[in-house]
Amino acid sequence: MSSPSLDPGGGRDFEGSFGASDPILSRRAEVQRTAASQLVRRKVTSRVAVFLCRASLVAALVPLVAVLAYTIRRGVSAWSVAFFTHLPTPAGIAGGGVSNAIIGTLIIDFFAALMAVPLGVGVGLFLSQSNGKVAYVLRFGADVLAGIPSIVIGIFAYAVLVVTLKHFSAIAGSFGLAVIMLPTVTRASEVAIRGVPRDVTEAGLALGGHRAHVARRVVLPAALPGVLTGVLLGIARAAGETAPLLFTAIGSQFTSYNVLHPMAAMPLIVYFDGIQAYPDLQKAAWGTALALIVIVFVLSVGGRVLSSRVRRSVG
Amino acid sequence: MSTTTATEKTSRIERAGRLQSRLSDPGYRWLLLVVAGVFGALLLAILIALVLQARPALVHDGLGLITSTRWDPVHAHYGALSMVVGTLITTAIALVLAVPLGLGTAVALATYVPRRLRTPLSVLVELLAAVPSVVFGLWGLLVVAPWFAGSLEPWLKSAFGFLGIFNGTPIGIGVLLAGVILAIMILPTMAAISRDVIIAIPRDQREGASALGATSWQVVSGVVLPSARSGILGAGVLAAGRAMGETIAVTMVIGNTDSIPHSLLGQGQTMASLIANEFTEATEPFHLSSLIAVGLLLLVISALVNGGARLMVRSIARSAPGVGVL
Repeated sequence: MSSPSLDPGGGRDFEGSFGASDPILSRRAEVQRTAASQLVRRKVTSRVAVFLCRASLVAALVPLVAVLAYTIRRGVSAWSVAFFTHLPTPAGIAGGGVSNAIIGTLIIDFFAALMAVPLGVGVGLFLSQSNGKVAYVLRFGADVLAGIPSIVIGIFAYAVLVVTLKHFSAIAGSFGLAVIMLPTVTRASEVAIRGVPRDVTEAGLALGGHRAHVARRVVLPAALPGVLTGVLLGIARAAGETAPLLFTAIGSQFTSYNVLHPMAAMPLIVYFDGIQAYPDLQKAAWGTALALIVIVFVLSVGGRVLSSRVRRSVG
Repeated sequence: MSTTTATEKTSRIERAGRLQSRLSDPGYRWLLLVVAGVFGALLLAILIALVLQARPALVHDGLGLITSTRWDPVHAHYGALSMVVGTLITTAIALVLAVPLGLGTAVALATYVPRRLRTPLSVLVELLAAVPSVVFGLWGLLVVAPWFAGSLEPWLKSAFGFLGIFNGTPIGIGVLLAGVILAIMILPTMAAISRDVIIAIPRDQREGASALGATSWQVVSGVVLPSARSGILGAGVLAAGRAMGETIAVTMVIGNTDSIPHSLLGQGQTMASLIANEFTEATEPFHLSSLIAVGLLLLVISALVNGGARLMVRSIARSAPGVGVL
C-alpha cells in the first residue's frame, strides 16, 4: 500500500480522492459503459458470422460430395467384367465395355508423362539453382501456363502436331496433356530440389564431384519423393482432361496401339456418351466417369502421402 | 623417388580433374540452359502457333470478331460477341456464388472448425478440386438439369419473375446451370487458396486482437480479412480465370446456342464451348481460323488474368508454408 498508484484495487480510492472530474477516469467509465452495452450485440454478431462461415463450408461440401456420391452410385452399377474387357457396342446392344478407352488413356498419359517429366524436372533443377531474371521469367511463365485454358492447349497441340502430320493422332493428345502437366511437375521439382539441405550438395561438391554428378547422384535422389509427388499430381491433372483430346486423339471405336492414329480415351467416352440420349451409353459414361475419378484420386492421394511423409522426415 | 611419384600422381589427378571440370561443369550449365530455353520456347510457341493459325481470320474480320454478334459459318460471318457475353455472364454467376461461399469456407477451415477436423476437411476440399471437369458436366447434364427444369427454375420464375432475368422456358440446360456448375467447380480453388493466405497471417496478430477483447468474428473481420485482402483478391481472380476457360463441363450444360442469351434461363455459348463444339466440324479454313482467333483471345485474357492474380497471391503469401495448391 506504499504506492497506491500501482495497486490495481486502489482505483476507486483514487477516484474518491480526486473526484469524478478526472478526464481519464470519466473516459474509462464511458468506455466501460459503451462496451457493456455493446457486448451483447458483438456476441450475437459473432455467433451469426461464425455460423454463416460454418454453413458455407457445409454448403460448399454438399454439391461436391453429391457429385461423388452420385457418380459412385451410377458408376458401380455400370461396372462389370465386360465393362473393363470388351469393346463398345452400339446403343441398344448389351455387353459393351470401354476397354479400348482404358488402354488409350494409359498409352496417351504414358507418352505425355514421358515428354513432360524430363523437361519439367530439368526446368525445376534450373529454377532451383538460379534466382536471376531468366529464372524469374520462366517461373512466372510456368505459373501463367498453369492457368491457360486446356482448350487453348488443345488448339496448340492441333496446330503443332495435327496440322503438320495432317491427321488426328494420339501423340498429339499426349503432347497437349504434357503441356498441361508441365507447370505442376516443374514447380514441384523446384520446391523439392530447393528443399535438399545445402550441406548435402556442398558435401558432394567438396568430395570432388562435378555439378552434373552431384545433381544426378546426390540432389535428385534426395529430392525424389517431392519430384514424384509433382509427377503424380501432374498426371492426375492431365488424366481427367477432355478438351485437349477433342481435336487431337479424337476418339475411336476400336483398340489402337499406334500413337500416330486416333485413339479412344476415357474422358472422351464420358463426354461423347454422356451427351447421348441412350440409357446404355449414359450408363457407360457413368461407369467411365467413376473409373476416371478412381484413377485421379489414387494418383492425388498417392502424391500427397508421399509429400507428407517427406515433410515429416525432414521436420 | 617416392615423393616424385606422389607429386606426379597428384598433378596427374589435378590435371585430369581440371580437364573434367572444364568439360562437365560448363556442360552441365549448358544442359540446364538448353532445357530452360526449350521451356521458354514452348511458352512462346503457344502464342506464336495460335497467332499464325488465327491470322487469316484476324486479317479478314479484324475487330468484327469481337464487335459483331453474328456467328454464321454458313455465310462466313464470324462475330463472337455473343460468346464473349456468354463467357462474362457465366463467369459472373459463378463468382457471385463461389466467392462468398469460398471465403466463408476458407475462414471456417482456418479458424472456426475444430482442430481435429481441419486437415481432413482441407484435404477433402483439395481432392474435390481434382475431380475431372467432364464428370461435373455429366452430373450437371443428367442430374442437375432435370432438377433445375422441374423445380428450381419454375420457382425462380414465379418468385423473381418480375426482375426480368428469369424469362423463358425452364428447360434446365442454359446459362444459369452453366454458371452454377462453374461455381461448384471453382469453389475448391477459391477456398483452398484463401485458406492458405489466411493461415499465413502471423498468429500474434490474431491473438493480439483476441487479447484486446475482440470476438472471434471481430478478429476475422478486423484483422484477418484486411491483412489477407490482396491474397483473397488474387484467389478470386484465379477462380475467375478458371471459370472463363473451363470448357467441357460448360459445353455439356449451356445449350450451345450462338446468340446472346435473352435471360438466365436461356441457352448460350462461351468462347471455350464454341471452340469445343465446332472445331472438328469446321471444314472452311476461315471457320477454323476464326475459332482459333477466339482461342487466341481466350489465351490473352487468361494469361493477363492469371499473371495478375499470381503476382497478387505471391506477394502476400511468399513466405507462407503450405502454399502448395497453386
